[in-house]
Amino acid sequence: METKNFDYKNIPGWGMDIDERNEPTYPMKNYTGDDHKRLDYEKPPQQPADVEILKSNERPALSAVFGNASPPSGLSGMIRRYAFKHSEDRYRHWIPLILADRINAWEGILDDFKSGTMPNIPAERGWKSELKYNRAALTKKILVTGVISLVLLSYLTRKKR
Amino acid sequence: MLAMNYRGPYRVRTEQRPMPEILHPEDAIVRVTRTCICGSDLHLYHGMVPDTRVGSTFGHEFIGIIEEIGPLVTNVKIGDQVLVPFNIACGRCNFCKQGLYGNCHESNPMATAVGGIFGYSHTAGGFNGGQAEYVRVPYANTGPTVIPPDMDPDDAVLLTDVVPTGYQAAEMGGIKEGDTVVVFGAGPIGIMAARCAWFFGAARVIIIDHIDYRLEFARNYAKCEAYNFKSMEDPVVFLKKITDWYGADVCIDCVGCEAEGNALQTFTGKITLMQAGAATALQWAINSVKKGGIVSVVGVYGPPFNYVPIGNVLNKGITLRANQASVKRLLPKLIEHVQAGRLDPKGLITHKVPLEEISDAYHIFSAKLDECIKVVLIPSTKS
Repeated sequence: METKNFDYKNIPGWGMDIDERNEPTYPMKNYTGDDHKRLDYEKPPQQPADVEILKSNERPALSAVFGNASPPSGLSGMIRRYAFKHSEDRYRHWIPLILADRINAWEGILDDFKSGTMPNIPAERGWKSELKYNRAALTKKILVTGVISLVLLSYLTRKKR
Repeated sequence: MLAMNYRGPYRVRTEQRPMPEILHPEDAIVRVTRTCICGSDLHLYHGMVPDTRVGSTFGHEFIGIIEEIGPLVTNVKIGDQVLVPFNIACGRCNFCKQGLYGNCHESNPMATAVGGIFGYSHTAGGFNGGQAEYVRVPYANTGPTVIPPDMDPDDAVLLTDVVPTGYQAAEMGGIKEGDTVVVFGAGPIGIMAARCAWFFGAARVIIIDHIDYRLEFARNYAKCEAYNFKSMEDPVVFLKKITDWYGADVCIDCVGCEAEGNALQTFTGKITLMQAGAATALQWAINSVKKGGIVSVVGVYGPPFNYVPIGNVLNKGITLRANQASVKRLLPKLIEHVQAGRLDPKGLITHKVPLEEISDAYHIFSAKLDECIKVVLIPSTKS
């Protein structure tokens, strides 16, 4: 992209020290100078957006293709929509997205119940393999959790009495 | 079809999902025959990557057979056995045209800092991944590469990410003949980076980790020195000492955001998420490299920011080089290395698990049980 209405090439010394070998991205990048054409290139056909796609506000339009997995929904979806009002530079973008992810995990459990599925959380967490390969650590984990729960329970019941 | 389903941090399962469809004229549908769990999938599994939505299917390392193609697909045909690079690239934007296939501008509307990646959160485009029986592959004229008929599928599946990323990590190090190279992280990528450092003429390759069985594996596979940082008082001083108090010529970070070894980094990066993961390995790399040295980064970090000693980058005149691997650019050379027997990717595979047992596979890999290095998942529809 050329600077508008300004013939920068007349600045004394312009371009004298260009060194084609001074290219730190070699060999990752085969420098062609096309970067200066910015977004001017032959665009692939556009995929139609048949679900809600949240777009970064650092680009003018959707990319030609995108994934359509898990569109935003529920409370987590509302938070994600808020996040996408802010640029990738802002905490207001990323922190809400992490919060939305945590809420989404609970929404997933509720969705399971709604669809008549009982989520088998120990199986989802791979406890079968833990039992097979790390039995001692698992036993310790269960015992420690059990003891802490018992202590808490007895403290709470004593307080009530 | 059967597919992996993410349910929240540390929770995944397989379940029946709708078949993927052609959504764009350059799409293909691939029947998956091998798919891996990548170390970077663990960042998703642990809930470290923002915008990882429940119901997503992970998986960016896979090979398979083309089952269906869109009307504009000409480079592959139905029935071809293909390996699919993990990055989704249009081949036409000004980044792809210059070989930066990992930085495509037409594959991810949700973030500008990263191109589209299969099954790697909505931050990387919201695509379902290959840990499934079938997967939608956009831009099938650019990414999918026909697997040479004499190539072992276990080698081919590792050419989708592990080998190119490890190779590019070494390549970005700008290694000169006689250099000392230090690789942080003895996971599959770190081991491959250490192995590939020899291709560039290194005279000494050192790998640093804290898991003894992985260090032993690296020592044998990559023919390198291997040290456990937990046995050192200070890894940076140790590395200075064994490089004649000069520093390594090249340091490579193959760990990323879930590093161990520094209490402050762990607290701020992994426990309280006050930064995008623990940048311990990058900190050590910057502080262990010589003045004027090169630090190459392929470890994955989250998007916001990390605490790294950037002042030392300036004062030491360090060159920092990093990128997602440009798989398509590297494939011709890497296929040649594998076919000539110079590289043995499948030697990294320690576990082959049916797709149905994905919950256990993730846990084994994440908790580093059963001396796990690399897990390959096999869908039941593979034949």
